Amino acid sequence: MNLTLRIWRQSGPEDKGRMVTYQVDDVSPDMSFLEMLDVLNERLILAGEEPVAFDHDCREGICGMCGLMINGDAHGPQRGTTACQLHMRQFSDGDTIDIEPWRARAFPVIKDLVVNRNAFDKIIAAGGYITAPTGSAPEAHSVPVAKANADAAFESAACIGCGACVAACPNGSGMLFTAAKVTQLGLLPQGQPERHTRVIGMVDAHDEAGFGGCTNAGECTVVCPKGIPLTTIGRLNRDYLAATAKRGDTPGT
Amino acid sequence: MAVTGILLVLFLIAHMLGNLKVFAGDASFNHYAHWLREIGAPILPNVWFLWIMRVGLLVAVLGHIWAATVLALRARAARPVRYAHRKKVRGSYAARTMRWGGVIILLFVIYHILDLTTGTLNPVGDPSRPYANVVADFAPERWYVTLFYTLAIVALGFHLRHGVFSALRSLGQQTPRGEQRARAVALVFAVALCAGYLLVPFAVLTGLVS
Repeated sequence: MNLTLRIWRQSGPEDKGRMVTYQVDDVSPDMSFLEMLDVLNERLILAGEEPVAFDHDCREGICGMCGLMINGDAHGPQRGTTACQLHMRQFSDGDTIDIEPWRARAFPVIKDLVVNRNAFDKIIAAGGYITAPTGSAPEAHSVPVAKANADAAFESAACIGCGACVAACPNGSGMLFTAAKVTQLGLLPQGQPERHTRVIGMVDAHDEAGFGGCTNAGECTVVCPKGIPLTTIGRLNRDYLAATAKRGDTPGT
Repeated sequence: MAVTGILLVLFLIAHMLGNLKVFAGDASFNHYAHWLREIGAPILPNVWFLWIMRVGLLVAVLGHIWAATVLALRARAARPVRYAHRKKVRGSYAARTMRWGGVIILLFVIYHILDLTTGTLNPVGDPSRPYANVVADFAPERWYVTLFYTLAIVALGFHLRHGVFSALRSLGQQTPRGEQRARAVALVFAVALCAGYLLVPFAVLTGLVS
Protein backbone atom coordinates (compact mmCIF):
# COMPACT_ATOMS: atom_id res chain seq x y z
CA MET A 1 0.00 0.00 0.00
CA ASN A 2 1.14 3.54 -0.74
CA LEU A 3 -0.23 6.17 1.60
CA THR A 4 -0.15 9.93 1.98
CA LEU A 5 -0.01 11.01 5.62
CA ARG A 6 -0.80 14.49 6.84
CA ILE A 7 0.66 14.64 10.35
CA TRP A 8 0.55 17.38 12.98
CA ARG A 9 4.12 18.51 13.65
CA GLN A 10 4.86 20.72 16.65
CA SER A 11 8.42 20.97 17.97
CA GLY A 12 7.35 21.85 21.53
CA PRO A 13 4.58 23.31 23.71
CA GLU A 14 5.39 26.86 22.54
CA ASP A 15 5.52 26.05 18.82
CA LYS A 16 2.45 26.93 16.79
CA GLY A 17 2.43 23.63 14.89
CA ARG A 18 1.26 22.68 11.41
CA MET A 19 0.12 19.73 9.31
CA VAL A 20 3.01 18.23 7.28
CA THR A 21 2.52 15.82 4.39
CA TYR A 22 4.57 12.62 4.12
CA GLN A 23 4.50 9.86 1.53
CA VAL A 24 4.86 6.30 2.90
CA ASP A 25 5.24 3.54 0.32
CA ASP A 26 5.18 -0.26 0.57
CA VAL A 27 3.04 -0.40 3.70
CA SER A 28 1.91 -3.94 4.53
CA PRO A 29 -1.80 -4.31 5.32
CA ASP A 30 -0.75 -6.53 8.25
CA MET A 31 1.15 -3.71 9.95
CA SER A 32 -0.41 -2.01 12.93
CA PHE A 33 -0.97 1.72 12.63
CA LEU A 34 1.93 2.40 15.01
CA GLU A 35 4.23 0.07 13.04
CA MET A 36 3.40 2.10 9.97
CA LEU A 37 4.48 5.23 11.89
CA ASP A 38 7.66 3.36 12.98
CA VAL A 39 8.44 2.74 9.30
CA LEU A 40 7.92 6.42 8.54
CA ASN A 41 10.15 7.41 11.48
CA GLU A 42 12.99 5.07 10.39
CA ARG A 43 12.93 6.67 6.97
CA LEU A 44 12.88 10.15 8.50
CA ILE A 45 15.88 9.29 10.71
CA LEU A 46 17.81 7.88 7.74
CA ALA A 47 17.06 11.08 5.86
CA GLY A 48 18.36 13.11 8.81
CA GLU A 49 14.96 14.51 9.73
CA GLU A 50 13.26 14.69 13.12
CA PRO A 51 11.04 11.60 13.68
CA VAL A 52 7.36 12.02 14.55
CA ALA A 53 6.83 11.82 18.33
CA PHE A 54 3.84 9.71 19.42
CA ASP A 55 2.85 7.99 22.67
CA HIS A 56 2.82 4.20 22.92
CA ASP A 57 3.71 1.52 25.41
CA CYS A 58 2.20 -1.98 25.51
CA ARG A 59 0.90 -2.06 21.92
CA GLU A 60 -1.63 -4.63 23.16
CA GLY A 61 -4.54 -2.22 23.62
CA ILE A 62 -4.52 -2.28 27.42
CA CYS A 63 -2.19 0.45 28.66
CA GLY A 64 -3.97 3.56 27.39
CA MET A 65 -0.82 5.32 26.21
CA CYS A 66 -1.47 5.52 22.48
CA GLY A 67 -4.03 7.96 21.25
CA LEU A 68 -4.26 9.52 17.83
CA MET A 69 -7.00 11.35 16.01
CA ILE A 70 -7.03 9.44 12.70
CA ASN A 71 -9.09 11.07 9.96
CA GLY A 72 -11.20 12.75 12.67
CA ASP A 73 -11.81 9.49 14.54
CA ALA A 74 -10.29 8.99 17.98
CA HIS A 75 -8.20 5.76 17.66
CA GLY A 76 -9.21 5.44 13.99
CA PRO A 77 -12.12 3.98 12.09
CA GLN A 78 -12.46 0.60 13.85
CA ARG A 79 -14.81 0.57 16.90
CA GLY A 80 -13.57 -0.74 20.24
CA THR A 81 -9.93 -0.63 19.15
CA THR A 82 -6.96 1.40 20.31
CA ALA A 83 -4.66 2.96 17.68
CA CYS A 84 -1.97 0.34 18.40
CA GLN A 85 -4.41 -2.49 17.64
CA LEU A 86 -5.64 -0.84 14.45
CA HIS A 87 -4.29 -2.55 11.35
CA MET A 88 -3.47 -0.98 8.02
CA ARG A 89 -5.95 -3.34 6.32
CA GLN A 90 -8.58 -0.87 7.54
CA PHE A 91 -7.23 1.54 4.90
CA SER A 92 -6.89 1.32 1.12
CA ASP A 93 -3.99 1.90 -1.22
CA GLY A 94 -3.70 5.57 -2.14
CA ASP A 95 -5.54 6.85 0.94
CA THR A 96 -4.70 10.17 2.54
CA ILE A 97 -4.72 9.87 6.33
CA ASP A 98 -4.86 12.87 8.67
CA ILE A 99 -3.20 12.25 12.03
CA GLU A 100 -3.65 14.77 14.85
CA PRO A 101 -3.10 14.77 18.61
CA TRP A 102 -6.00 14.85 21.10
CA ARG A 103 -7.28 18.42 21.17
CA ALA A 104 -8.21 19.79 24.59
CA ARG A 105 -7.08 22.65 26.78
CA ALA A 106 -6.60 20.14 29.59
CA PHE A 107 -4.35 18.02 27.31
CA PRO A 108 -1.64 20.44 26.09
CA VAL A 109 0.58 19.17 23.28
CA ILE A 110 4.10 18.30 24.44
CA LYS A 111 5.45 17.45 21.01
CA ASP A 112 3.92 16.43 17.67
CA LEU A 113 1.25 13.84 18.61
CA VAL A 114 2.13 13.55 22.31
CA VAL A 115 -0.17 15.29 24.79
CA ASN A 116 0.12 15.75 28.54
CA ARG A 117 -2.70 13.82 30.26
CA ASN A 118 -1.79 14.82 33.83
CA ALA A 119 -5.29 16.28 34.16
CA PHE A 120 -6.61 12.70 34.41
CA ASP A 121 -4.17 12.00 37.25
CA LYS A 122 -5.52 15.05 39.10
CA ILE A 123 -9.07 13.71 38.74
CA ILE A 124 -7.95 10.32 40.10
CA ALA A 125 -6.08 11.97 42.99
CA ALA A 126 -9.28 13.81 43.90
CA GLY A 127 -11.22 10.63 44.64
CA GLY A 128 -10.23 7.62 42.56
CA TYR A 129 -9.21 5.52 45.55
CA ILE A 130 -10.67 3.53 48.45
CA THR A 131 -9.73 3.23 52.11
CA ALA A 132 -8.12 -0.17 52.38
CA PRO A 133 -6.31 -1.73 55.32
CA THR A 134 -2.59 -2.02 54.67
CA GLY A 135 -0.86 -5.29 55.32
CA SER A 136 -1.89 -8.65 53.97
CA ALA A 137 -4.75 -8.86 51.48
CA PRO A 138 -8.11 -9.68 53.10
CA GLU A 139 -9.92 -12.92 52.29
CA ALA A 140 -11.58 -12.30 48.91
CA HIS A 141 -14.95 -13.76 49.88
CA SER A 142 -15.29 -11.92 53.19
CA VAL A 143 -17.14 -9.04 51.47
CA PRO A 144 -19.94 -10.35 49.22
CA VAL A 145 -20.65 -8.35 46.03
CA ALA A 146 -23.86 -8.72 44.05
CA LYS A 147 -23.14 -10.27 40.64
CA ALA A 148 -24.83 -7.43 38.72
CA ASN A 149 -22.78 -4.82 40.59
CA ALA A 150 -19.58 -6.76 40.10
CA ASP A 151 -20.24 -6.99 36.35
CA ALA A 152 -21.11 -3.32 35.98
CA ALA A 153 -18.10 -2.27 38.09
CA PHE A 154 -15.84 -4.47 35.98
CA GLU A 155 -17.24 -3.00 32.78
CA SER A 156 -16.24 0.48 34.03
CA ALA A 157 -12.93 -0.74 35.41
CA ALA A 158 -11.97 -1.58 31.82
CA CYS A 159 -11.31 2.16 31.27
CA ILE A 160 -7.63 2.58 30.36
CA GLY A 161 -7.64 6.38 30.65
CA CYS A 162 -6.51 6.97 27.08
CA GLY A 163 -8.45 10.23 26.71
CA ALA A 164 -10.34 9.33 23.52
CA CYS A 165 -13.61 10.40 25.20
CA VAL A 166 -12.22 13.92 25.68
CA ALA A 167 -10.77 14.00 22.18
CA ALA A 168 -14.09 13.08 20.56
CA CYS A 169 -16.39 15.13 22.80
CA PRO A 170 -17.84 18.19 21.03
CA ASN A 171 -17.58 19.96 24.41
CA GLY A 172 -14.08 18.71 25.26
CA SER A 173 -15.51 17.09 28.38
CA GLY A 174 -13.85 14.29 30.33
CA MET A 175 -17.07 13.13 31.91
CA LEU A 176 -17.00 9.55 30.56
CA PHE A 177 -13.58 8.96 32.14
CA THR A 178 -14.71 10.51 35.43
CA ALA A 179 -17.99 8.58 35.36
CA ALA A 180 -16.20 5.28 34.69
CA LYS A 181 -14.10 5.74 37.83
CA VAL A 182 -17.07 6.88 39.92
CA THR A 183 -19.11 3.90 38.72
CA GLN A 184 -16.37 1.35 39.24
CA LEU A 185 -15.69 2.37 42.85
CA GLY A 186 -19.22 3.43 43.76
CA LEU A 187 -20.74 0.04 42.91
CA LEU A 188 -18.46 -1.96 45.18
CA PRO A 189 -18.80 -2.19 48.97
CA GLN A 190 -15.13 -1.18 49.38
CA GLY A 191 -15.86 2.13 47.66
CA GLN A 192 -18.74 3.22 49.89
CA PRO A 193 -16.96 5.31 52.59
CA GLU A 194 -15.77 7.89 50.02
CA ARG A 195 -18.73 7.56 47.69
CA HIS A 196 -20.02 11.11 48.14
CA THR A 197 -16.75 12.97 48.65
CA ARG A 198 -15.39 11.08 45.64
CA VAL A 199 -17.98 12.26 43.15
CA ILE A 200 -17.81 15.89 44.29
CA GLY A 201 -14.02 15.89 44.43
CA MET A 202 -13.59 14.26 41.04
CA VAL A 203 -16.12 16.50 39.28
CA ASP A 204 -14.49 19.60 40.85
CA ALA A 205 -11.04 18.41 39.73
CA HIS A 206 -12.47 17.71 36.26
CA ASP A 207 -13.87 21.24 35.98
CA GLU A 208 -10.74 22.87 37.40
CA ALA A 209 -8.57 21.07 34.84
CA GLY A 210 -10.36 22.98 32.08
CA PHE A 211 -12.49 20.22 30.59
CA GLY A 212 -15.85 21.24 29.13
CA GLY A 213 -19.28 20.34 30.52
CA CYS A 214 -21.16 17.18 29.50
CA THR A 215 -24.26 17.59 27.32
CA ASN A 216 -24.98 13.86 26.92
CA ALA A 217 -24.11 14.06 23.21
CA GLY A 218 -22.80 10.47 23.35
CA GLU A 219 -19.70 10.85 21.13
CA CYS A 220 -17.41 9.54 23.86
CA THR A 221 -18.93 6.10 24.14
CA VAL A 222 -18.78 5.62 20.34
CA VAL A 223 -15.01 6.06 20.21
CA CYS A 224 -14.17 4.47 23.58
CA PRO A 225 -11.84 1.53 22.84
CA LYS A 226 -13.19 -0.23 25.93
CA GLY A 227 -16.88 0.45 25.25
CA ILE A 228 -17.57 2.30 28.52
CA PRO A 229 -21.35 2.89 28.36
CA LEU A 230 -22.98 6.32 28.54
CA THR A 231 -25.11 5.07 31.44
CA THR A 232 -22.08 5.57 33.72
CA ILE A 233 -22.65 9.33 33.36
CA GLY A 234 -26.19 8.89 34.68
CA ARG A 235 -24.74 7.03 37.66
CA LEU A 236 -22.29 9.88 38.25
CA ASN A 237 -25.12 12.43 38.04
CA ARG A 238 -27.21 10.46 40.51
CA ASP A 239 -24.32 10.17 42.97
CA TYR A 240 -23.58 13.87 42.51
CA LEU A 241 -27.18 14.86 43.29
CA ALA A 242 -27.23 12.60 46.35
CA ALA A 243 -23.84 13.88 47.49
CA THR A 244 -24.79 17.55 47.21
CA ALA A 245 -28.12 16.88 48.95
CA LYS A 246 -26.30 15.14 51.82
CA ARG A 247 -23.50 17.75 51.87
CA GLY A 248 -21.02 14.95 51.34
CA ASP A 249 -18.31 17.54 50.67
CA THR A 250 -18.34 19.18 54.11
CA PRO A 251 -17.08 17.76 57.39
CA GLY A 252 -19.74 17.11 60.02
CA THR A 253 -20.26 19.65 62.76
CA MET B 1 -30.59 22.73 32.03
CA ALA B 2 -32.70 19.78 33.09
CA VAL B 3 -34.81 21.50 35.74
CA THR B 4 -35.54 24.68 33.76
CA GLY B 5 -36.12 22.53 30.67
CA ILE B 6 -38.71 20.41 32.46
CA LEU B 7 -40.58 23.54 33.60
CA LEU B 8 -40.66 24.78 30.00
CA VAL B 9 -41.81 21.37 28.76
CA LEU B 10 -44.74 21.43 31.20
CA PHE B 11 -45.72 24.80 29.75
CA LEU B 12 -45.40 23.42 26.20
CA ILE B 13 -47.79 20.58 27.01
CA ALA B 14 -50.40 22.93 28.51
CA HIS B 15 -50.00 25.40 25.64
CA MET B 16 -50.45 22.67 23.02
CA LEU B 17 -53.59 21.32 24.68
CA GLY B 18 -54.97 24.86 24.82
CA ASN B 19 -54.18 25.40 21.14
CA LEU B 20 -56.17 22.32 20.18
CA LYS B 21 -59.24 24.09 21.56
CA VAL B 22 -59.27 25.85 18.19
CA PHE B 23 -60.99 22.74 16.78
CA ALA B 24 -63.85 23.22 19.25
CA GLY B 25 -64.83 26.41 17.43
CA ASP B 26 -64.70 30.18 17.65
CA ALA B 27 -66.69 30.67 20.89
CA SER B 28 -65.04 27.82 22.78
CA PHE B 29 -61.49 28.94 21.87
CA ASN B 30 -62.17 32.56 22.79
CA HIS B 31 -63.81 31.51 26.03
CA TYR B 32 -60.74 29.42 26.89
CA ALA B 33 -58.40 32.34 26.10
CA HIS B 34 -60.40 34.73 28.26
CA TRP B 35 -60.60 32.17 31.07
CA LEU B 36 -56.78 32.06 31.17
CA ARG B 37 -56.88 35.68 32.30
CA GLU B 38 -59.31 34.92 35.11
CA ILE B 39 -57.81 31.78 36.66
CA GLY B 40 -57.62 32.04 40.42
CA ALA B 41 -60.34 34.68 40.72
CA PRO B 42 -61.51 35.87 43.13
CA ILE B 43 -58.49 35.08 45.34
CA LEU B 44 -56.16 36.36 42.67
CA PRO B 45 -57.26 39.57 40.99
CA ASN B 46 -57.72 39.60 37.23
CA VAL B 47 -54.70 38.46 35.12
CA TRP B 48 -52.56 37.92 38.25
CA PHE B 49 -52.35 34.17 37.68
CA LEU B 50 -51.20 34.78 34.12
CA TRP B 51 -48.51 37.20 35.29
CA ILE B 52 -47.28 34.74 37.92
CA MET B 53 -46.97 32.13 35.16
CA ARG B 54 -45.23 34.62 32.87
CA VAL B 55 -42.66 35.56 35.51
CA GLY B 56 -42.06 31.88 36.30
CA LEU B 57 -41.58 31.06 32.61
CA LEU B 58 -39.27 34.04 32.12
CA VAL B 59 -37.10 32.88 35.04
CA ALA B 60 -37.04 29.35 33.56
CA VAL B 61 -36.15 30.64 30.08
CA LEU B 62 -33.39 32.91 31.41
CA GLY B 63 -32.03 30.10 33.60
CA HIS B 64 -32.08 27.75 30.60
CA ILE B 65 -30.25 30.26 28.37
CA TRP B 66 -27.76 31.07 31.12
CA ALA B 67 -26.92 27.37 31.66
CA ALA B 68 -26.64 26.81 27.90
CA THR B 69 -24.35 29.82 27.52
CA VAL B 70 -22.08 28.64 30.33
CA LEU B 71 -21.86 25.18 28.70
CA ALA B 72 -21.16 26.65 25.26
CA LEU B 73 -18.45 28.98 26.58
CA ARG B 74 -16.85 26.14 28.53
CA ALA B 75 -16.92 23.93 25.44
CA ARG B 76 -15.25 26.67 23.39
CA ALA B 77 -12.57 27.23 26.04
CA ALA B 78 -11.98 23.49 26.45
CA ARG B 79 -10.72 23.12 22.86
CA PRO B 80 -8.63 26.17 21.95
CA VAL B 81 -6.99 24.48 18.91
CA ARG B 82 -9.52 22.95 16.53
CA TYR B 83 -9.10 19.72 14.60
CA ALA B 84 -8.01 20.08 10.98
CA HIS B 85 -10.05 16.97 10.14
CA ARG B 86 -13.23 16.66 12.16
CA LYS B 87 -15.96 14.11 11.56
CA LYS B 88 -19.51 15.25 11.97
CA VAL B 89 -20.84 14.32 15.39
CA ARG B 90 -22.02 10.71 15.23
CA GLY B 91 -24.43 10.97 18.11
CA SER B 92 -27.86 12.12 17.04
CA TYR B 93 -28.60 14.99 14.66
CA ALA B 94 -30.73 16.36 17.49
CA ALA B 95 -27.77 16.44 19.91
CA ARG B 96 -25.60 18.44 17.54
CA THR B 97 -28.28 21.01 16.70
CA MET B 98 -29.15 21.85 20.32
CA ARG B 99 -27.37 25.21 20.34
CA TRP B 100 -28.42 26.85 17.11
CA GLY B 101 -31.78 25.08 17.38
CA GLY B 102 -32.24 26.81 20.72
CA VAL B 103 -31.45 30.18 19.15
CA ILE B 104 -34.05 29.59 16.40
CA ILE B 105 -36.63 28.72 19.06
CA LEU B 106 -35.79 31.88 21.04
CA LEU B 107 -36.20 34.09 17.96
CA PHE B 108 -39.48 32.36 17.22
CA VAL B 109 -40.77 32.86 20.78
CA ILE B 110 -40.05 36.60 20.52
CA TYR B 111 -41.89 36.78 17.20
CA HIS B 112 -44.70 34.61 18.56
CA ILE B 113 -45.29 36.92 21.55
CA LEU B 114 -45.30 40.01 19.31
CA ASP B 115 -47.70 38.20 16.99
CA LEU B 116 -50.29 36.52 19.18
CA THR B 117 -49.85 38.00 22.68
CA THR B 118 -49.34 41.72 22.02
CA GLY B 119 -50.82 41.52 18.50
CA THR B 120 -48.22 43.96 17.14
CA LEU B 121 -47.34 41.82 14.13
CA ASN B 122 -50.76 40.26 13.65
CA PRO B 123 -53.01 41.37 10.75
CA VAL B 124 -56.05 41.45 13.08
CA GLY B 125 -54.28 42.03 16.39
CA ASP B 126 -57.46 42.22 18.47
CA PRO B 127 -56.83 40.76 21.96
CA SER B 128 -60.54 40.18 22.49
CA ARG B 129 -60.77 37.88 19.44
CA PRO B 130 -57.88 35.35 19.67
CA TYR B 131 -59.61 32.94 17.28
CA ALA B 132 -59.71 35.59 14.55
CA ASN B 133 -56.03 36.40 15.21
CA VAL B 134 -55.03 32.77 14.71
CA VAL B 135 -57.08 32.34 11.54
CA ALA B 136 -55.70 35.59 10.07
CA ASP B 137 -52.16 34.55 11.02
CA PHE B 138 -52.07 31.32 9.06
CA ALA B 139 -54.11 32.48 6.05
CA PRO B 140 -52.83 30.90 2.78
CA GLU B 141 -51.51 34.25 1.45
CA ARG B 142 -49.32 34.55 4.56
CA TRP B 143 -47.60 31.23 3.76
CA TYR B 144 -44.24 32.54 5.00
CA VAL B 145 -45.64 32.82 8.54
CA THR B 146 -46.75 29.19 8.42
CA LEU B 147 -43.35 28.21 7.00
CA PHE B 148 -41.46 29.98 9.81
CA TYR B 149 -43.85 28.50 12.37
CA THR B 150 -43.26 25.01 10.96
CA LEU B 151 -39.47 25.42 10.95
CA ALA B 152 -39.53 26.62 14.56
CA ILE B 153 -41.73 23.72 15.66
CA VAL B 154 -39.48 21.20 13.90
CA ALA B 155 -36.46 22.81 15.60
CA LEU B 156 -38.37 22.47 18.88
CA GLY B 157 -39.02 18.80 18.11
CA PHE B 158 -35.31 18.11 17.60
CA HIS B 159 -34.52 20.15 20.71
CA LEU B 160 -36.91 18.01 22.75
CA ARG B 161 -35.73 14.73 21.26
CA HIS B 162 -32.27 15.25 22.73
CA GLY B 163 -33.41 17.51 25.57
CA VAL B 164 -35.84 15.09 27.20
CA PHE B 165 -33.35 12.22 27.08
CA SER B 166 -30.54 14.46 28.31
CA ALA B 167 -32.64 15.87 31.17
CA LEU B 168 -33.48 12.36 32.39
CA ARG B 169 -29.80 11.43 32.21
CA SER B 170 -28.78 14.59 34.09
CA LEU B 171 -31.25 13.72 36.83
CA GLY B 172 -29.72 10.30 37.27
CA GLN B 173 -31.18 7.86 34.74
CA GLN B 174 -28.53 5.14 34.90
CA THR B 175 -29.61 1.73 33.57
CA PRO B 176 -29.16 0.48 29.97
CA ARG B 177 -32.84 -0.51 29.67
CA GLY B 178 -33.86 2.81 31.17
CA GLU B 179 -31.70 4.54 28.55
CA GLN B 180 -33.60 2.79 25.74
CA ARG B 181 -36.88 3.75 27.41
CA ALA B 182 -35.75 7.36 27.93
CA ARG B 183 -34.75 7.65 24.26
CA ALA B 184 -38.05 6.17 23.13
CA VAL B 185 -40.04 8.46 25.41
CA ALA B 186 -38.09 11.48 24.14
CA LEU B 187 -38.75 10.55 20.49
CA VAL B 188 -42.47 9.83 20.95
CA PHE B 189 -42.95 12.97 23.05
CA ALA B 190 -41.12 15.18 20.52
CA VAL B 191 -43.14 13.80 17.60
CA ALA B 192 -46.45 14.08 19.48
CA LEU B 193 -45.76 17.65 20.55
CA CYS B 194 -44.71 18.66 17.01
CA ALA B 195 -47.86 17.10 15.59
CA GLY B 196 -50.04 18.83 18.18
CA TYR B 197 -48.57 22.24 17.42
CA LEU B 198 -48.56 21.81 13.63
CA LEU B 199 -52.21 20.71 13.49
CA VAL B 200 -53.42 24.27 14.09
CA PRO B 201 -51.64 26.19 11.29
CA PHE B 202 -52.26 23.42 8.75
CA ALA B 203 -55.92 23.22 9.73
CA VAL B 204 -56.19 26.96 9.05
CA LEU B 205 -54.17 26.64 5.82
CA THR B 206 -56.42 23.90 4.46
CA GLY B 207 -59.60 25.68 5.54
CA LEU B 208 -60.52 23.15 8.22
CA VAL B 209 -60.57 26.01 10.71
CA SER B 210 -61.82 29.36 9.42
